[in-house]
Amino acid sequence: MENKYLQEELIRISGVNPKKCMRCGKCSATCPAYDEMEYHPHQFVNMVESGDIEPLLASKSLYRCLSCFACIDRCPRGVEPAKLVEAVRLAAIRKQGANHLTADKVPAMLDEDIPQQAIVSAFRKYSK
Amino acid sequence: MQRVGVFVCWCGSNIAGTVDVQAVSEALKNEPGVVFSTNYQYMCSQAGQDIIKDAIAEHKLTGIVVCSCSPRMHEATFRKTAAAAGLNPYMVEIANIREQCSWVHKDMLTGTEKAIILGKAAVAKVNLNAPLTPGESPVTKRALVIGGGIAGIQTALDIADAGFPVDIVEKKPTIGGKMAQLDKTFPTLDCAACILTPKMVDVAQNENIRIFSYSEVTEVKGFVGNFDVTIKKHARFVKEDICTGCGACTEKCPMKKVPNEFNLGMDNRSAIYIPFAQAVPKVATIDPNYCNMLKKGKCGLCAKVCAAGAIDYTQKDEYISEKYGAIVVATGFNPISMDKFDEFAYNQSKDVITSLEFERLTNAAGPTAGKLVRPSDGKHPHTIVFVQCVGSRCSACAEKGKEYCSKICCMYTAKHAMLTRDKYPDTEVYVFYIDVRTPGKNFDEFYRRAVEEYGVNYIKGMVGKVTPEGDKLKVQASDLIANKQLHIDADLVVLAAAIEPDKSARPLATMLTASMDTNDFFTEAHPKLRPVESPTAGVFLSGACQGPKDIPETVSQAGAAASKVIGLLAKDKLTGNPCVAHSNELMCNGCSSCERVCPYGAISYEDKEFRMPDRTTKIRRVAVVNPAVCQGCGACTVACPSGAMDLKGFASAQIIAEVDAICK
Repeated sequence: MENKYLQEELIRISGVNPKKCMRCGKCSATCPAYDEMEYHPHQFVNMVESGDIEPLLASKSLYRCLSCFACIDRCPRGVEPAKLVEAVRLAAIRKQGANHLTADKVPAMLDEDIPQQAIVSAFRKYSK
Repeated sequence: MQRVGVFVCWCGSNIAGTVDVQAVSEALKNEPGVVFSTNYQYMCSQAGQDIIKDAIAEHKLTGIVVCSCSPRMHEATFRKTAAAAGLNPYMVEIANIREQCSWVHKDMLTGTEKAIILGKAAVAKVNLNAPLTPGESPVTKRALVIGGGIAGIQTALDIADAGFPVDIVEKKPTIGGKMAQLDKTFPTLDCAACILTPKMVDVAQNENIRIFSYSEVTEVKGFVGNFDVTIKKHARFVKEDICTGCGACTEKCPMKKVPNEFNLGMDNRSAIYIPFAQAVPKVATIDPNYCNMLKKGKCGLCAKVCAAGAIDYTQKDEYISEKYGAIVVATGFNPISMDKFDEFAYNQSKDVITSLEFERLTNAAGPTAGKLVRPSDGKHPHTIVFVQCVGSRCSACAEKGKEYCSKICCMYTAKHAMLTRDKYPDTEVYVFYIDVRTPGKNFDEFYRRAVEEYGVNYIKGMVGKVTPEGDKLKVQASDLIANKQLHIDADLVVLAAAIEPDKSARPLATMLTASMDTNDFFTEAHPKLRPVESPTAGVFLSGACQGPKDIPETVSQAGAAASKVIGLLAKDKLTGNPCVAHSNELMCNGCSSCERVCPYGAISYEDKEFRMPDRTTKIRRVAVVNPAVCQGCGACTVACPSGAMDLKGFASAQIIAEVDAICK
């Protein structure tokens, strides 16, 4: 088990039980973004189940999923793969230390249209 | 006070290895009512049984307790022993000191202590036992088989062979069922009609068998050995005994645009019709929904051309009452509706078909005379995609699919794929599977032959969607082994639809008070040891009404059900189980709680006159248990709010005495 804590967290926030999967592959068969994805819907389910989550967090596949929910609609076992993709995506976005910006780069990007609240929250987020 | 004898068995070392049998027999000597106590190496042996018989005579015992193995094992043995010595067999109690004691304990002290406690409980119970005599009821020596498919046919033939009269009730105009629609049968590939139709003829010619076709069971009353059944014979507007089945009427009938259900609507039939050439009975039937004469009073052509004069437009539904000793349910299955599977475009394209429709397309007697062509344009398909598990193993949506495996689809799909490649080698065949399940004699070899010798492309993965585009069907699917998404331009897509019990099964189960599972399959009395009996006495199960089954399995179950029926009908009288419920009518308030929980329909109510303390009479509604129907489950005794219901042999007082003895 590579990442037990993250695995449990993903299962909790997505509400998906990957053990319900019977490996039929209908999610990947129905996926319109299949060719754009390095990891396909059935692999998300499978890799979260086995705790192999780091490659998913680093993969561009997270942002190729269209959230069209075709996989959720078609899955015969009610696994809901798209919800799991969404959970991994959230985990990647919220990962500490993986910010794309630092606080000192923020002033250069400011303009008068940015609301005050956004500036405060940006400083709060990127100074951590 | 009873005079109780206690007999402790060693069961070799099975009990004596963990339980101090000497200490047990000594300890139980001091229990109330016990006048004799001993132990022996094998109580069930002839010598052991003689000890019991001798003790009954010598000590004038009125009840005995045998501390031995489970009552499932030897209760019957010791009851016979007691009866042979002149004691009522229901004055025997078994304390299970093997399965529930020596086998589950390792320590001699604990084992012995528990054995003594179990023995005490049995003594406490036997002190309250009363002699019981089982009742007797007569047996009507006639069986009813509901459903005329291969299951019902085989059951009826086997019962009739043993010399008992059998009636088959079939709701369609002919017997034959689903098997009559099939082309070839796996794994031997013999033609279904060639092996089925001779059996149908056997049924028609058998003196012991009556066929009620186009008929339904509408009411069932009574109990094992004595069922009263009402059968509704639908009006077919043709006199069955006069019609010769010549078919002249079907040719002349001007109404020829009726979807032919035998070919699953892939061609048309006339309003007066014979379902197929080998139909039994081979008698025409008028479909009242399409016949111009019946609908508008204009036409009457069939009556004009019928040389036998068999047409009768005034025929009415007829009700027949008959008595039966046993009932066999053989209501079979249907493929589920594909309406909810939009992803496979079943309702959008004629070239997306179910496997049963494929059977008709390849059948020499089918709508295309056996030529495999696309239903849309009659062209030969060059690429065929088979999709397995359509609606089977689907737990996501109960309205769409079924959670169970339909069991037969893997094999018939392998058959379809193989036969296609054999007849049309220029056809590319793909089978998309989740798992290939082939548990059966020569089944896996058959499937491997499809792959290895016939070159069928088996792909692990599911089809995600089918999109009709031009005259092609765009199939998008997973190949999980290659980790690829496949796009195939197919000419024909065949869906292996899940199977479900026939819709008539649920109301029938209610009539029979036979239990069903959540999927509407009939439940068996014991899933392993009594697989062809319903928990309702006298009701037996045959074929796919009990669960998905292929033909070999159906035929063996049909034979097994027949043998159970024969065993029942061979008896002149049925000995009941005396451990049945009875109601104390002075305490009963007629609330119906017991009637509602009784799974066997054994409880009814009657208005009875009671003499009141002030010398008036009062009529009260009280529960009455039919001892021939009651199975002694005890549900009513728990439901009864006033404590009027009690179970003979397992009275509440006896159970409480056991509990007290254990807790003392």
